[in-house]
Amino acid sequence: MAAARVRAALRDAAMAAAVAFVLAVPLVGFETVDFGRTGTGIATRFGWVWIGTGGVFVVRLALAVSGAARLHWAKVGPADSPARLGSPPKHARALAGLLLVVFAVALPFLPFASRYLVDLATTVLIYIMLGWGLNVVVGLAGLLDLGYVAFYAVGAYSFALFARWFGLSFWEALPVSGVLAAAFGVVLGFPVLRLRGDYLAIVTLGFGEMIRIILLNWSRVTGGPNGLLGIPKPSFFGLPLLPRARDGGVTFHQFFHIPFSPQQSIVFLYFVILFLALVTNAFTLRLRRLPIGRAWEALREDEIACRALGIDPTKVKLSAFAIGAMLGGFAGAFFATRLGFISPESFTFQESATILAIVVLGGMGSQMGVVLAAIVLVTLPEFGRAFAEYRMLLFGAAMVAIMVWRPRGLLAQRAPSIRLGPAEGR
Amino acid sequence: MPLLAVEHLSIGFGGLLAVGDVSFAAEEGEITAIIGPNGAGKTTVFNCLTGFYRPTVGRLALSRHGRMHYLERMDGFRIAREAGVARTFQNIRLFAGMTVLENLIVAQHNVLMRASLYSFGGLLGLPLYRNAEARAVAKARNWLDRIGLTARADDAAGSLPYGAQRRLEIARAMCTDPHLLCLDEPAAGLNPRETAELITLLLSIRDESGIGLLLIEHDMRLVMGISDRIVVLNYGRKIADGPPDAVRRDPDVIKAYLGAEA
Amino acid sequence: MAYFVQQLINGLTLGAVYGLIAIGYTMVYGIIGMINFAHGELYMIGAFVSLIAYLLLGIVGVSYVPLALLLVLLAAMAFTAVYGWTVERLAYRPLRGSFRLAPLISAIGMSIFLQNYVQILQGARVKSLPPVINGGFRLFEQGGFVVQMSYLQVIIIVLTIGLMAGFSMVIAATPLGRAQRACEQDMTMAALLGIDVDRTISWTFVIGASLAAVAGMMVTLYYGVIDFFIGFLAGMKAFTAAVLGGIGSLPGAMLGGLLIGLIEAFWSGYFSSDYKDVAVFAVLVLVLIFRPSGLLGRPEVEKV
Repeated sequence: MAAARVRAALRDAAMAAAVAFVLAVPLVGFETVDFGRTGTGIATRFGWVWIGTGGVFVVRLALAVSGAARLHWAKVGPADSPARLGSPPKHARALAGLLLVVFAVALPFLPFASRYLVDLATTVLIYIMLGWGLNVVVGLAGLLDLGYVAFYAVGAYSFALFARWFGLSFWEALPVSGVLAAAFGVVLGFPVLRLRGDYLAIVTLGFGEMIRIILLNWSRVTGGPNGLLGIPKPSFFGLPLLPRARDGGVTFHQFFHIPFSPQQSIVFLYFVILFLALVTNAFTLRLRRLPIGRAWEALREDEIACRALGIDPTKVKLSAFAIGAMLGGFAGAFFATRLGFISPESFTFQESATILAIVVLGGMGSQMGVVLAAIVLVTLPEFGRAFAEYRMLLFGAAMVAIMVWRPRGLLAQRAPSIRLGPAEGR
Repeated sequence: MPLLAVEHLSIGFGGLLAVGDVSFAAEEGEITAIIGPNGAGKTTVFNCLTGFYRPTVGRLALSRHGRMHYLERMDGFRIAREAGVARTFQNIRLFAGMTVLENLIVAQHNVLMRASLYSFGGLLGLPLYRNAEARAVAKARNWLDRIGLTARADDAAGSLPYGAQRRLEIARAMCTDPHLLCLDEPAAGLNPRETAELITLLLSIRDESGIGLLLIEHDMRLVMGISDRIVVLNYGRKIADGPPDAVRRDPDVIKAYLGAEA
Repeated sequence: MAYFVQQLINGLTLGAVYGLIAIGYTMVYGIIGMINFAHGELYMIGAFVSLIAYLLLGIVGVSYVPLALLLVLLAAMAFTAVYGWTVERLAYRPLRGSFRLAPLISAIGMSIFLQNYVQILQGARVKSLPPVINGGFRLFEQGGFVVQMSYLQVIIIVLTIGLMAGFSMVIAATPLGRAQRACEQDMTMAALLGIDVDRTISWTFVIGASLAAVAGMMVTLYYGVIDFFIGFLAGMKAFTAAVLGGIGSLPGAMLGGLLIGLIEAFWSGYFSSDYKDVAVFAVLVLVLIFRPSGLLGRPEVEKV
C-alpha cells in the first residue's frame, strides 16, 4: 500500500530528524565564545539547528521514498571480501597508467603550468608515494597501521640529522633514511604484530603519537618544537641547483649554459619525487607478484589458513610493515629536502589519518585508486576555504560512508597477481 | 614406526576435559578416520595436531624422513612447514578474494620464497626464481586437472560452488607436499555425486602419494567405504580402534554412535 | 612521604576519570568484540556539553551550585548518550557482518569526524571555565609540604565509586544486565532465546557514553580547560586501562583505570611530566606483549 509506505517513510524521517535535533541542540545551537582569561560566554545559533534538522528530515525522506531504503541500516553480508575480483582488461589499466605518467612528466612544460601548479603536483606526488607505502601495510597485508606518520618522521629527521652531522647529501642519505625507517618498522612491529587488528591499530596509533612527543621534547637532538633547519636540497648528478656553487664548483645552470632561475629547483624537485614515486610503484607492483606479496594478500584474507599452509604470519606481517615503513622513510627524506626545514608539527595524527583516508577511499590494494584519492584529497582544499576548513570533517565522514556503502573503496577491483592464461578450448 | 603416534593426549578448557587420554596411531599410505558423536572431541584432537591448541598432556609424535617431530610443542605454522602436516577446515577456509590458481600458488609459498632468495632474486628476475615459479604453476595445473577446475583457474575462489571449493581446499593442502593430510569433515554439505567424487579423490591421493590421511567424518558410507582404520571417540575418550568391520560390530560403538547397523 | 600521598590522591582522582571512560571501551568490546575508537570523542563531547550547560545555567540564573551541577550532569549524560547511540547506528551496526577491518576504519573515520565536528562548531581554541568548586581538606603537613584533598577530588572519587557500584548492580541484577552478559557470551544463542540483541547493543553504547560524559564533566570542573582534542589522549589512556585490567572485564576496567591514573600521577610527580603519556603508552605495549588478557581477564582461546 503506497499510503502505508509513505507514512512509514514519514515516520522514519521524523525520527531521524528528532535525533538530529537532539544532537544539534547542545553543540550546534550554542556556541562557546572566548572572553580570554575572564572565561567563556555563550552565543546561540539556532538557525543552524533548524537547518540541520530539516536537512536530515528531507534527505531521509528522499532516500526512503526513492526505494534506496537498502541504506536503512542495511547489513553487509558476511561473505563480503575486501577485494572483488575481475577488472577492466589489463590493457585498459596499463594504458591509463601510461597516459598518467606521460602527463605527469610533461606537466611542468605544459603551457598552463605555473609555479603554483608544480608545487601542488609535488605535494600530490608525496601523498601518492605515502599512500602507496601505506597501501602495502593496510591494503595488501590488511594491517591497520594508524601511526604511519612515524616512519615519515624517521625518514625526514634521519636525513636532516645525517646532513647536519655527517654532511650527507640527499642522494647519499636517501637509502639510509629508508633503511632506518625499515629498521624502525621492524622494531616497532616485532612486539605487536601478533596482536589482533584492533589492538594493532591502537598500538600503532600510540607509536605515532609517542614519536611526535619524543621529537617535541628531545630538543638536544631534534631541535624540539623549533625543528631542524638548513636541510640541503638534492643535486642533479652532483650539480647543485643554486645560483652559486659553494666550493667554487660548477652549478647546474652553469653546466648547461642557461641563466639561473629559481624555477629550475622547483621543477627539479618535482621530477625527483616523480622518479621516487614511479620507482615505488614499480617496486610494489613487482612485489605483489612475488611470493611475499601473495602472502600479504593471503594473510589479509585468512590468517588461520595461512598458518595451516606453513606460512609464518609474524614474518610476513613484519615484512609488510618494514617495506611500508621504508617507503614512508623515503617520502620523509624528500619532504625534508623540499621544505628545507622540518618540525614535529608536520607529523601529527592528522597526517596518518589523511594517508589512511587516501588508501581507504582509493580502495585498499589498488595503486590507481590511491593516485585518484590523493589527487582529490590534496587538491580539494585548494578549491575554496570552505573545503580547506572542512577537509578533515569530510575525510572522517567519507571513511565511514565508504565502509558502509562501498567497503572496497571507490575503485578497487583486484587484479589477480598471476594467471593461468587461456586454457585450451576456452 | 607409525607416521603419527598420538599418546595419552589430554586437553581441558576451564575445568571441562575435552579430550582425555586418547592414544592412537595413523600409518603412511592408510586412511584413518576419527568418528564419534558431536562434542566427542574430534576437532579438538585435530586442533591439537595442527597447532591451534596446546595439549595439557600427551605426545604427538610424527616421523618424517626418519626425523621425529613432536607436534605438541610446535608452533602452528611450523607443524605445516617442518612436520609436513596439512589440514582442511570444517568451514572451508579458502582465500576467497584470490583466484583458484593463486590459492594453489600460495600453498607453495615456502618453496617459492627460498627460490626467490627472500624476494631479492625475485626482484632481479633471476632464473632461479622464474623456474621455481614455473614449476609451482605446473604443479598447480596438475592438481587443477585432477580436481577438474582448470577452466576456472583465474576465477575467484569464493565464486566456486561449494563442492568445488571443498576439492580446491584439499588440492591446496596437497600443494604443500604434506606427509599427513588432516581433513575436517570433508564430505559435509556434499551431495551423493560430489561425495563419490571426493571418495575417488581421497583414494587416489592415498594410492599415488603414499601419504597418511586422517579424517573426521560423520558420513558413515564414506568412512566405512574408504577407511583402513577407524578411531571412535565419545565424551573425549577413545572407545574403539580398529578396521571398519571390527568397529562396525563393536557394541560400545553401536551404543554410543552408530545405532542400528550402518 | 607527604609528596607521595599527594601524588596518590591526584592519581586516584585521575584514575577515577580513566576508569569511567574505560568501562565504555570494555563493555563495547565485550559485546561486539571491537574497540570503539570514537569513545574518546564521546568523553570530549560530554565535556563540551557540560561546559555549555553550566554556562547556560549561569545565564539563566541558577546559582545554587549543587543543583546546577546535578542538572549539568544529567544534561551531559543525556546528550552524550544520544551521540553514543547515533554513532553505533551509523558507523557500526551496518558493518556487523563485514570483513574485520571495516568497523575499525569506520570507527576511526567517526573519531576524526567528531573531533572536527566539535572543532568547527566550537572553535579550535581552548575553552576555560572559572573554578566552580573551591576549597578542600588540608590533610597533613610534612617538611613544609601540605597534603591537600580538594572537595572536587572527593566528589569525583565518591561519584565514581557510586556510579560503578550502581552500574555493577545493573549488570548483575537487571534484565538488561543479564541480556548484556548473554550477548557477550553468545550473541546467536541470545537472539534465539528472544533477546533483542540490537537493543542490548544500543544500550551498551548508551551506558558507556553516559559514563564517559560524567568523566568529561568532571574533567571540565577539575582542570577548568577543555578543547576538542582531549578525547584523543584520554581515549588512548583509558583504552590502556581497559586492556591492563582485562578487556571485557568490568572490574578490570575500574582496576585498570585506577592503576593508569596512579602510574601517570607518580610518573609526572617523580620523573617528568613531558613524557607521562609515553610512560602510559609503554604500559600498554608491555601488557599487550606479556599479558594480553590483562590482570583480570581470561586468556582468549582461538576458535577454529
